[in-house]
Amino acid sequence: MKRVRTQLRAELMLIARNGEQLLLTLVIPLILLGFFGSVDVLPSGDTDPIRFLVPGVLAVAIMSTSMVSLGIATGFERSYLVLKRLGATPLTRGELVIAKVLSVFVVEVIQVLVLLPLAYLLDWRVVGSQWPLALGVILLGTASFAGIGLLLSGRLRAEINLAAQNGLYLILLLLGGMIIPRDSLPGFLGNAAQALPSTALADLLRTTLNNDGGALLMPCGVLTAWGVLAPAIAAKRFRWS
Amino acid sequence: MSVVVENLTVRYGDLTAVNDVSFTAPTGAVTVILGPNGAGKTSTIEVCEGFRSASSGSVRVLGLNPASQHRELTQRMGVMLQGGGVYPSARVRDVIAHFCALHGKGVNGAELMERVGLTSRAKGTWRRLSGGEQQRVSLALALAADPEVVFLDEPSSGVDIEGRDVIRGIINDLAQRGTTVVLASHEMSEAERVAAHAVFFKDGQVVASGEISTLLNVRKHLRFTSIDGIATADIAIAAGSPVKALGEGRYEVASESTPQMVARITSWLSAQGYPLSGIDLGMESLEDAYRRIAGGAR
Repeated sequence: MKRVRTQLRAELMLIARNGEQLLLTLVIPLILLGFFGSVDVLPSGDTDPIRFLVPGVLAVAIMSTSMVSLGIATGFERSYLVLKRLGATPLTRGELVIAKVLSVFVVEVIQVLVLLPLAYLLDWRVVGSQWPLALGVILLGTASFAGIGLLLSGRLRAEINLAAQNGLYLILLLLGGMIIPRDSLPGFLGNAAQALPSTALADLLRTTLNNDGGALLMPCGVLTAWGVLAPAIAAKRFRWS
Repeated sequence: MSVVVENLTVRYGDLTAVNDVSFTAPTGAVTVILGPNGAGKTSTIEVCEGFRSASSGSVRVLGLNPASQHRELTQRMGVMLQGGGVYPSARVRDVIAHFCALHGKGVNGAELMERVGLTSRAKGTWRRLSGGEQQRVSLALALAADPEVVFLDEPSSGVDIEGRDVIRGIINDLAQRGTTVVLASHEMSEAERVAAHAVFFKDGQVVASGEISTLLNVRKHLRFTSIDGIATADIAIAAGSPVKALGEGRYEVASESTPQMVARITSWLSAQGYPLSGIDLGMESLEDAYRRIAGGAR
């Protein structure tokens, strides 16, 4: 645990020192929420548009930060030989993965705190949001996407990693019901998409934050499976150099 | 022996980077792995560090298998990479403190910075350091492990004179404390100043290894440089040994470089009013030895 804490502190320090990157991470979801919350262009099915949008943008922010940002940054760390150097210390692959997951979780909590006032300004009013459960969902989502991001960056060459992270992000964004309702997808695609972590995360955030009595069991099972398996496989398959 | 490499082969696809290599590095001594770029030095060191798998053969470091017992080895090993290894925006003091904490051996980051002469650059970021300063940070990270064995890949590469003095001093200090130092280098004159043992690599193979003193030949001639046109017969009488002119003011005395012989030559030159611009006592340099041994090796 001591090494995880040490590495977590170093990860957070690096995030703080890359201020422009952190700013971008916080600002992009704000722009997304501000734009789509003001312009009625997205289908939201039977749901109130803002109740559909706020948890969806939170899910996008979590996926962007924990998969794409972390995955690309880790790819750079590989090319800078930072990972190789860490591999010569007693820090294990598992400890590195845990530290990285926790570091992006901290960033995501800040993202949530930044997004909520804007959501409130856009008339997102919900009584009975299950915040402790939502935080658990965010942590599971973080573990899922960070696991995927680290699995890619831990195995692929930097250029391929960059392309793979962005390509996968687009697929998960379009199919995951974050911005576009899953009902809008063709039937087979909508069903298959239920196995995706992005779908499970968006569904669970809507259920917990909107307190709309949506299904919990199936998306919980899916997100737990991704949240446990993806980091575990990443830790097993991660290459220091 | 802290490092024992036996019949090591490393292949990358069709390319054999290291071919059936065997050597040892004695405990508490400095061993230099010498050879040109692409000779297989880094691949060999990476297998010793546990970063690369051997295609065949075996490697033991401190009695451990670096691949299967990597975690145990990291508790006792320090590694200095050939370059990079630090996030560009990381500050010197932070990265050194971070590695000291990861190793958990109680090494003090501030003292380590002072040891490598970087206290004044503590707040500087990696990207703003000179190449030599980056090498010193890299060395500090290897020392954060308080290691029993340390692998240094091209430690003096791109380092200025002051930095070389610091690095040389630390390597000597490590050996005096009983740490086994294995360094890969293609800078032979620098290696000769710190190492007691050498392993010569060429084309992925070891062409010679052992104590440096046994690898160097001592020529049976003393050479000196003065002006052109000295009568060799006259100086031969003074020296008591045959002397021949090699051209461009260089001369060779057919005798070992004893203090008496050096005294006779220098006295005679002084008496005649001739200058002495160079004297070669006949000890072969490490580079000469490498050229002699590896030059003919295939």
